[in-house]
Amino acid sequence: MLEVFGLGCSRGERVLFRGVSFKLEARGLLHVAGANGSGKTSLLRILCGLGAADAGEVRWRGEPIRALRESYWRELVYMGHANALKDDLSATENLLLACALAGRAATPAAAAPALDAFGLAACAHLPVRALSQGQKRRATLARLALSMQAPLWILDEPLAALDVAAVRYLEDVLLAYADGGGSVIFTTHQDAAIGSRVPQRVDLDAAAC
Amino acid sequence: MSSATREALPQGITWFKYAAPQTFFPLAGALAPWFAAIAVVLFVAGLYIGFFVAPTDAQQGEAYRIIFIHVPAAWMSMLIYLVMAFWAGVGLAFNTRLSHMMASALAPTGALFTFLALWTGALWGKPTWGTWWAWDARMTSELLLLFLYFGFMALQAAIDDPRRADKAGAVLALVGVINIPIIYFSVKWWNTLHQGASVSLKSAPTMATTMLTGMLVMVFACWAYAIAAALWRVRCIILERERRSDWVRDYLGAGR
Amino acid sequence: MLGTAGVMRSVIARDLTLAWRRKADVFVAVLFFVIVASLFPLGIGPEPQLLRAIGPGVVWVAALLASMLALSRLFAADYADGTLEQMLLAATPLSIIVIAKVIAHWIAANIPLVLIGPLLGLQFGLPGDALAVLALALALGTPSLSLIGAIGAALTLGLRGGGVLLALLVLPLYAPVLILGSLAVEATAAGLAAQPYLLLLAAMSLAALSLAPWAIAAALRISHE
Repeated sequence: MLEVFGLGCSRGERVLFRGVSFKLEARGLLHVAGANGSGKTSLLRILCGLGAADAGEVRWRGEPIRALRESYWRELVYMGHANALKDDLSATENLLLACALAGRAATPAAAAPALDAFGLAACAHLPVRALSQGQKRRATLARLALSMQAPLWILDEPLAALDVAAVRYLEDVLLAYADGGGSVIFTTHQDAAIGSRVPQRVDLDAAAC
Repeated sequence: MSSATREALPQGITWFKYAAPQTFFPLAGALAPWFAAIAVVLFVAGLYIGFFVAPTDAQQGEAYRIIFIHVPAAWMSMLIYLVMAFWAGVGLAFNTRLSHMMASALAPTGALFTFLALWTGALWGKPTWGTWWAWDARMTSELLLLFLYFGFMALQAAIDDPRRADKAGAVLALVGVINIPIIYFSVKWWNTLHQGASVSLKSAPTMATTMLTGMLVMVFACWAYAIAAALWRVRCIILERERRSDWVRDYLGAGR
Repeated sequence: MLGTAGVMRSVIARDLTLAWRRKADVFVAVLFFVIVASLFPLGIGPEPQLLRAIGPGVVWVAALLASMLALSRLFAADYADGTLEQMLLAATPLSIIVIAKVIAHWIAANIPLVLIGPLLGLQFGLPGDALAVLALALALGTPSLSLIGAIGAALTLGLRGGGVLLALLVLPLYAPVLILGSLAVEATAAGLAAQPYLLLLAAMSLAALSLAPWAIAAALRISHE
């Protein structure tokens, strides 16, 4: 599905990594590991087509993502460091807008169970500014529940700020998604195992220069 | 474009070779002194014709002689913006770093000519129209052009990442080049409709042959100067951008 | 699947909702517009003849500045909270989303200027038909201000000193709109036809609508690389 050849990236003077190559098949889980500042976020941004690589290429179903553009993005769900939530809007409004940008029509009726699953049923109508850090993260992640049919998820630190119960629930979601044919690329500083599965691993510390 | 694909470009097109900063650097170094020499010779010749050979103007006396600097500077200021936008467009389309460097190297020279055109225009205006600054259509457009140059340079200076600076500058240069004719015609219109203050440059004397010769020589001198200055500046930019690479270290090591 | 029109609708609705929940920001820009225009008579003196002569230009310059002031908000919040990244990765072409955002911005930030403009013209003693033309000229000219300004806002996204830099980039490009807009009002005040200027303003806005979104989209991608 996703093939990566010899990616290299630098920030200003500093070379972050070089020669990163891997293949991710359907149902695959990929853990991008590395110390702080090793370029995990930069790698994920390149994989999405947001960032520019110094060298190398990313291919989706055999075609370079630079050429695919919107048709690649239609199949991709990316969650960055930032929550992409508007403080002045409620969790429901935020979720509906995220779906609209992804090209999927969603109704408040469809959004409610997704938010409910992430434990936000009680505060779905509140402006996001009133939520805690962990709740904001959950409001962002609720989008995943509506994106089960998208074939690729790229998640930057999805477990950050979540409590134990939420981590466990998210792991269940990821496993269910992968079993259903989806592929996940994620970064985390926590234990890499997702439930019973040990994901494929790309170590950026090894690719550093 | 990745370096892998860049290397895979067809070998047959030899001038693509010079799109690599490393190969262009010595070429620019070899060409720049020649253009500088041509510029000096033409400047001396042009100024001699302008100041000593060309006849005194019946209406404006000796003051008109400033056109030998003013007019070429004004032409160059517009031409350089076009060339700059051209390289910026090439850089965006083909992702060639050297084109972006060329655009950045041209900007200060263009701004210099714009400033020179404004300054000499003011110096010319004082004895002929009795005022340093008239809101004449060309002067006003020239002033706006100067702002466009400053905007380009300020934007590139404000961005730390050179890749982003290159591309952002290129977008701005292209937006500017589309707007220049609109700005020029709107200012011209504005000027003709607000009569009164307008002083038409069309009252400039019909040109004698020697005047025309002097002017053309000066134009070519400015061309040569602009090319020499841009080549030298692009060499500095290349060195700065590529200072991490082996060839620059070798070059600097050998020079020491 | 959600069509292009659906995405545009939801982006416009979202930005207008946000603007509505942050009414103070819009109000500040309008206040700025009024204050700048009101300062000119203080600096120049209350001579009615003179004020009538400079009125169109002053109102337009103030509108230019107020419109530019609001621009720095256009992408900044979306940039800070990561929504802009999601827009860059949207299934809809970025230029379409950008058009939607600029439309919402124009409605929230510039329609108030169109409405308040004639009031300020009144302060400068402009005659009634000139006031109507002023409102019309503002309505036709401000879309190009928003579109051209959005290019500058996208280019200066996340840069230090972004606001001042934005002014330097954008204000020279605003000159044609300023010239045509003021001429339209002056022509009416002098008893001449304003139609050619209004048509040109409209033409410029249409040209900007067809070209600027590409430049804005390119600038946004560049600022995220």
